[in-house]
Amino acid sequence: MAGKPKLHYTRGRGKMESIRWLLAAAGVEFEEEFIEKKEDLEKLRNDGSLLFQQVPMVEIDGMKMVQTRAILCYIAGKYNLYGKDLKERAWIDMYVEGTTDLMGMIMALPFQAADVKEKNIALITERATTRYFPVYEKALKDHGQDYLVGNKLSWADIHLLEAILMTEELKSDILSAFPLLQAFKGRMSNVPTIKKFLQPGSQRKPPSDEKSIANVRKIFNI
Amino acid sequence: MSGKPVLHYPNTRGRMESVRWLLAAAGVEFEERFLEKKEDLQKLKSDGSLLFQQVPMVEIDGMKLVQTRAILNYIAGKYNLYGKDLKERALIDMYVEGLADLFELIMYHEFKPANEKEKDLANIMDKATNRYLPVFEKVLKDHGHDFLVGNKLSKADVSLLENILWLEELKPDALAKFPLLQSFKARMSNIPNIKKFLQPGSAKKPLIQEKDIPNVIAIFH
Repeated sequence: MAGKPKLHYTRGRGKMESIRWLLAAAGVEFEEEFIEKKEDLEKLRNDGSLLFQQVPMVEIDGMKMVQTRAILCYIAGKYNLYGKDLKERAWIDMYVEGTTDLMGMIMALPFQAADVKEKNIALITERATTRYFPVYEKALKDHGQDYLVGNKLSWADIHLLEAILMTEELKSDILSAFPLLQAFKGRMSNVPTIKKFLQPGSQRKPPSDEKSIANVRKIFNI
Repeated sequence: MSGKPVLHYPNTRGRMESVRWLLAAAGVEFEERFLEKKEDLQKLKSDGSLLFQQVPMVEIDGMKLVQTRAILNYIAGKYNLYGKDLKERALIDMYVEGLADLFELIMYHEFKPANEKEKDLANIMDKATNRYLPVFEKVLKDHGHDFLVGNKLSKADVSLLENILWLEELKPDALAKFPLLQSFKARMSNIPNIKKFLQPGSAKKPLIQEKDIPNVIAIFH
């Protein structure tokens, strides 16, 4: 049963959003089965579909894959978005881990109390502009190429674009000191598969609102 | 320049321990430069040696690799501990990521305040015995092989052994309900490279002692 990959998650971004991005950028059509209430998650658990009782879970190539990074690494490998050799893969892994750390901080915000949230927004802004974005700006400056690694589109580029857009939602002028990242963002947004994903009606999810956060808390008991 | 990988981290387990384990299991000799005070970390930062201003950092094959997962993936790929194809890699990655979640809990246990330790240990053991260990017991049961994936040693086996041994340090009967994991542990511990790493005098680090905790925290803050 060749079929399209099938994503199991809530309707929100959460940990599944990077997977949606990567599949979309790779030009891979996928289906989604949404967890709307606690019972939906329980059913997946009781079915034995979730190796560690957690989502994201993606049905792909006869496997029920779990663990976000495992899923992303598999998709990247399958669709030639993971570099040409071990060293390129090492660079892609390093870059992706950086953007993962940054996006992880942003993802946690809706679940934090107002005063903690405010402090963390300031921290995220600082980290983005002093720890993370300078690294990617420098990488692009040093080799002068369009993509981060190996002069070819990779998972690192897609993940960086996602991180840039997510950070801009928090602070719209976050790239003001990073001209090469601004150009990178423009270029990447015009890659046909990505351009399609950025248009209304795609499977890209909007930032969560209060109601959906409340539902997520109920589903996952957090 | 000996050509051996050089590990930069404090003289403690932390996030570098998985890297020490994997290099040792692969039979790769390595050197270590221990961060002993804040200034040591500062120096690495000012040198431009740390891509994201953080350790672990491993000098290997002309690169200064950072980010634990990137380092482990590179070592596993280089020394054939990452499966033979994409699907085996997918299984290895799933297992390793699950274990990494458990490891996050275990790693911070020693740093918990005294009044939280008991509850924390109960949480760790609950997750270990109900969510993680059963998965690996079942994997071994289902295929009956010695190793988790592809009938061959991989970084998943090394990570599982590392976590099992640390769990047993916290609670000696952690494997009581898992006979196949008990024999897995014995088999793995007898693999020559691993046996050597488990002996006194190796690069394997002991559990951090309470008196050393303030010093480690001071390096990072």
